[in-house]
Amino acid sequence: MEAFTQHRGRVVPLDRANVDTDAIIPKQFLKSVKRTGFGESLFHAWRYLSPSEEHGEHRLNPDFVLNHPHHQGASILLARQNFGCGSSREHAVWALGEAGFRVVIAPSYSEIFFSNCFKNGLLPIVLDENMVDQLFQQVEALRGYELMVDLEARQIETHHGQRIPFEINEFHRTCLLEGLDEIGLTLQHRDEIEAYEARRQEQAPWLFHGPAEAAE
Amino acid sequence: MAGKTLYDKLWDDHVVHRNPDGAVLLYIDRHLVHEVTSPQAFEGLKIAGRPVWRVDSMLATADHNVPTTDRSQGIQDVVSRIQVETLDANCRDFGVVEFGMNDPRQGIVHVIGPEQGATLPGMTVVCGDSHTATHGAFGALAFGIGTSEVEHVMATQCLVQHRMKNMLVRVNGRLSPGVTAKDLILAIIGRIGTAGATGYAIEFGGEGIHALSMEGRMTVCNMAIEAGARSGMVAVDDVTIEYLADRPYSPKGAMFERAVKAWRTLHSDPDAVFDQVVELDASRLAPQVTWGTSPEMVLDVDGMIPDPQQEPDPTRREGIERALIYMDLKPGMRPADIKLDRVFIGSCTNSRIEDLRAAAEVVRGRTVAPSVRQAMVVPGSGLIKRQAEQEGLDRIFVDAGFEWREPGCSMCLAMNADRLGPGEHCASTSNRNFEGRQGHGGRTHLVSPPMAAAAAVAGHFVDSRQYSTTV
Ligand code: SF4
Repeated sequence: MEAFTQHRGRVVPLDRANVDTDAIIPKQFLKSVKRTGFGESLFHAWRYLSPSEEHGEHRLNPDFVLNHPHHQGASILLARQNFGCGSSREHAVWALGEAGFRVVIAPSYSEIFFSNCFKNGLLPIVLDENMVDQLFQQVEALRGYELMVDLEARQIETHHGQRIPFEINEFHRTCLLEGLDEIGLTLQHRDEIEAYEARRQEQAPWLFHGPAEAAE
Repeated sequence: MAGKTLYDKLWDDHVVHRNPDGAVLLYIDRHLVHEVTSPQAFEGLKIAGRPVWRVDSMLATADHNVPTTDRSQGIQDVVSRIQVETLDANCRDFGVVEFGMNDPRQGIVHVIGPEQGATLPGMTVVCGDSHTATHGAFGALAFGIGTSEVEHVMATQCLVQHRMKNMLVRVNGRLSPGVTAKDLILAIIGRIGTAGATGYAIEFGGEGIHALSMEGRMTVCNMAIEAGARSGMVAVDDVTIEYLADRPYSPKGAMFERAVKAWRTLHSDPDAVFDQVVELDASRLAPQVTWGTSPEMVLDVDGMIPDPQQEPDPTRREGIERALIYMDLKPGMRPADIKLDRVFIGSCTNSRIEDLRAAAEVVRGRTVAPSVRQAMVVPGSGLIKRQAEQEGLDRIFVDAGFEWREPGCSMCLAMNADRLGPGEHCASTSNRNFEGRQGHGGRTHLVSPPMAAAAAVAGHFVDSRQYSTTV
């Protein structure tokens, strides 16, 4: 995973609450067995005019905020509460990443989406509602509005030089900063996992009679 | 010291390691797998050369993409077919038990786990699917995960997790006849909102919950995610234990007795403290209908669609305005004014035998309104389908003009050919009414099985209790 330390980028404001992962990437694009190829389908129903269910040529919807010429190349998504709710599809995060996003800022997220972000080098920042409101106002007032996000310092610097601290869980922060492979980290505890299993097998053996055994 | 909640007990039982920062390595007992969220995880394992840690913890099935019509010709849609074949190949390669498309036990992953006894009390259950909360109905800690986490569980049998806060939803009184578990959970979501339980694990308790069958409890827990909670759960009682006796994968004989003893401890202690308690009176509840594009946009069947002008919060007001436009509805309209194009009875929320019985009872001797273009029943599993056929439910549906389909997710998310056309209104027993969920431009109204059945007969929403034969 690509490490994340600092990022400066243009901001695009998506002014809707409860943006669900069906909206971020509709189901007809989930049939792939690959981890890539989702970027162009990001926000498909909003981004394209008369989007049909299928892949193929689509005309961009000029009214959708991501399509505004001055938001091209944006890498920071400013969003409203409960962003990423609904389906657990990690494809939503893959699509955002492929479309060039490195940071999302919102007052709150759904938990599964939030946790998926960290597995893919996308930083979801939580700021309080008032602060998010202010950022919306600032972005809408200035074309080419940029933010500087510093994960090391847990701080955002606005276009106007204002510094906004944010909180982030230490485990998530380290994983992002170092671009760590979480599976590798967990496997360092192999002995503890095995010891746990041995103990549990004594206490609750029925938990270990799985389908594979029964199927034999 | 205060007692423990059910969630605390389940959590503490599964801690393998504690990081200094508070994160925990949590052991996973059961891992359910389906075709949409697993291919990239299996691929990840192969690339890293990692084996599956405990293959007997896994159970796989193909449900999201499978056709619900005649399967003898295989899957016509090439991309869907590749995804299902990829699951078959991965399960073969790694030795995972899979109920493939033509297995009589195949079905929606959250239906077959409990049906097979693969979901047991006291387990941690995960699946790359947000409706995994369903399995919490058994006194299990069950939650949905993303694909990276699917790979993580396959490789390590663990997940890195942070502890949730505890919420108790206490349901006092019992539902009146004709009002179902679906109405109850919709009303709960209407009350606390779609983000109301974000950061919490919900325990559903009280008389109204324990009076429910396992099917009903699964319906309630299924939609915990629609209230923002990754997990919902119900304490173990006699109903739970009775359901589990004699399931294919549940323990047998002396082992069952031993397990039952342990399962009996799976409830919150009387002095346990919850971070938040929500109370609801079930006895006064009416059947529910969602009118908007979020499950919290819900009404009593005789209620009125809200006026955005009355909503003081600007973000919410805009949400209501946008939903009214998308759904093509006006403030002040009532559910009875909503004409329906399609009716869908199915999904992991409401496709179990009891759901089909409740719907059939309404439909018996009646016919689908001519204005309804399509009404379909999609059983949750092959075994449920067979059971329903033995009871003659399929005849009742077919005689009334319903289509009787093969099991799968079907029109719940419309990844296969079952979907709404733009602008069509659908009475659906599924769990999400998001924009485009059931097909681009489609308009979903979430209801209970009897409400969907009654709507099919009337051509618009009606209180299903007026069709009920039992009083
Ligand atoms: S029935 Fe619907 S909600 Fe349930 S697993 Fe399938 S797609 Fe998901």
